Amino acid sequence: MASAPLISARGLVKRFGGFTAVDGIDVEVHPGESFGFLGPNGAGKSSTMRMIGCVSPPTEGELSIFGLDPVRDGREIRSRLGVVPQQDQLDVELTVEENLVIYGRYFDIPRAECRRRAAELLDFVQLTERARSKVDPLSGGMKRRVTIARSLINEPSLLLLDEPTTGLDPQARHVLWDRLYRLKQRGVTLVLTTHYMDEAEQLCDRLVVMDQGRIVAEGSPRSLIAEYSTREVLELRYSPGTNEARAVPIADVGERQEVLPDRVLIYAHDGEAALHEVHERDAMPESSLVRRSSLEDVFLRLTGRTLVD
Amino acid sequence: MITGLASSALDLRRPHRMVERSVMVYRRGWMVIVSGFFEPLFFLLSIRIGFGALIGDIEVGGRTIGYAEFVAPALMAAAAMNGAIFDSTMNVFYKVKYSKLYDSVLATPMTTADVALGEIAWAMLRGLMYSVAFLLTMWALGMTGSAWVVLAVPVCVLIGFAFASIGMAVTSFMRSWSDFEYVPAVQVPLFLFSATFFPLSQYGSWGWVVQLSPLYHGVALVRGANLGEWSWTYLGHVAVLVGLAVVGLTITARRLRALLLS
Ligand SMILES: Nc1ncnc2c1ncn2[C@@H]1O[C@H](COP(=O)(O)OP(=O)(O)OP(=O)(O)O)[C@@H](O)[C@H]1O
Ligand SMILES: [Mg+2]
Repeated sequence: MASAPLISARGLVKRFGGFTAVDGIDVEVHPGESFGFLGPNGAGKSSTMRMIGCVSPPTEGELSIFGLDPVRDGREIRSRLGVVPQQDQLDVELTVEENLVIYGRYFDIPRAECRRRAAELLDFVQLTERARSKVDPLSGGMKRRVTIARSLINEPSLLLLDEPTTGLDPQARHVLWDRLYRLKQRGVTLVLTTHYMDEAEQLCDRLVVMDQGRIVAEGSPRSLIAEYSTREVLELRYSPGTNEARAVPIADVGERQEVLPDRVLIYAHDGEAALHEVHERDAMPESSLVRRSSLEDVFLRLTGRTLVD
Repeated sequence: MITGLASSALDLRRPHRMVERSVMVYRRGWMVIVSGFFEPLFFLLSIRIGFGALIGDIEVGGRTIGYAEFVAPALMAAAAMNGAIFDSTMNVFYKVKYSKLYDSVLATPMTTADVALGEIAWAMLRGLMYSVAFLLTMWALGMTGSAWVVLAVPVCVLIGFAFASIGMAVTSFMRSWSDFEYVPAVQVPLFLFSATFFPLSQYGSWGWVVQLSPLYHGVALVRGANLGEWSWTYLGHVAVLVGLAVVGLTITARRLRALLLS
């Protein structure tokens, strides 16, 4: 890509006392891109996002955002960022609309303009009819949408989203994905963290998989799947506690297998063929499922652990 | 890195935005503020009707004045202190620990110094409203000594500034709600022993202890304003309060940085 990166990190480290939360990562995000940090609890995703958001000084390494230094030019950088933190942190003493207006005021946007944008953004996240409601009685999904609307009040060119849809039901999640997709189409650069493979596949052009403060893989969702998994996956469920024993006679089916507490995963180019093979060997499962391979499988392959239970 | 931190500890640009936010919050809760006006009224009435009649005149600085006239300015100063402490302790602790208000504010171009000064300024503004109400009540009850008493209002704002700064600085070290139980242990003695209810001369050889109380300096100034007297020592009293305010503000901005920008 020819354009200068919006975010550039080299050997970025964050330590809390003796504990290393981010352990020397290199990242570049370019304008218009949508970039993801994928990883399990404690991987260091939020710590990284907070450093990019200039609310947490890096311990070591280089970091530049918009070509500026977050420690020296934090104020300037933050004025051009939109931030959706992992916890909503809405102003509980104010109404939904007031939350947006005062947030705009923190950016020195004139009051009338704040009101105009607030109305527009509440419409964008479909919360116009709750404008005068206090924040507390809103559902989790509504609060999340208010937070996203609030993060857009300064018309940021770079939006940081820390687990934008965690804890939401599937429908609320799809509404949010749709809104984020529209922002991306308007040219907003998205940087997000997630536990969810489907979210990463939906929203990210490129992503890094983080584990214990390090980047363990990088690429587009499709290339990561191609590199670290097979085209299809066969999932077998046996009666509880017998997976280990039942997997033995079929150990050579498919290219690779993962035996999990609740299921056996068989990685194969052709899932149906693999299932046929399993039947041939009289290893009939209680239930079986053939599905496309996902980033979940990539993660399992890279770290030996499942991502969300 | 170190110089970066030091220079940005007092990086102020728009503290008034925090005040604007508080105005938004209290626009609906204005009754809370109005109810604050009743306190001075009850206090002053009890002095006027009660103590004033029981206790005779008092000699201060070579002048003889009525007891009510002696105590009223001190109560005005104490009210400024109490209001400032109230606004800068529990309220601020809740916002740091529970509502996470400041975390979201600091994600914008606002800085910790903006937050610290803005919140302290709001406490001062409320203090200003209470002081004006107090003064009007004193005047209505015939307890003012001279027209110079209007200077008691800026003095009370300064008292509010000093105590709100210190209150917020102390709050930034609190770990849980139970830590706040120590606040009255400091506040009540300050209220009682800052030459509030009897002149400094009554404390005998303990007078120097009284002078350690920041409130003592505020009381001396308000009393002076009420009597319309000038003394060079007032500059010293002002300096003590300004010094406390600046120290408190600096500590607060630094502590907020340590707490919220880790
Ligand atoms: N302020 C802090 N002080 C001490 N340790 C911290 C602090 N913030 C994070 N950590 C630690 O750093 C590690 C990484 O935390 P971080 O929040 O970045 O993970 P994450 O990838 O966002 O996880 P999650 O998916 O649970 O949000 C964790 O072990 C966490 O306990
Ligand atoms: Mg996190």
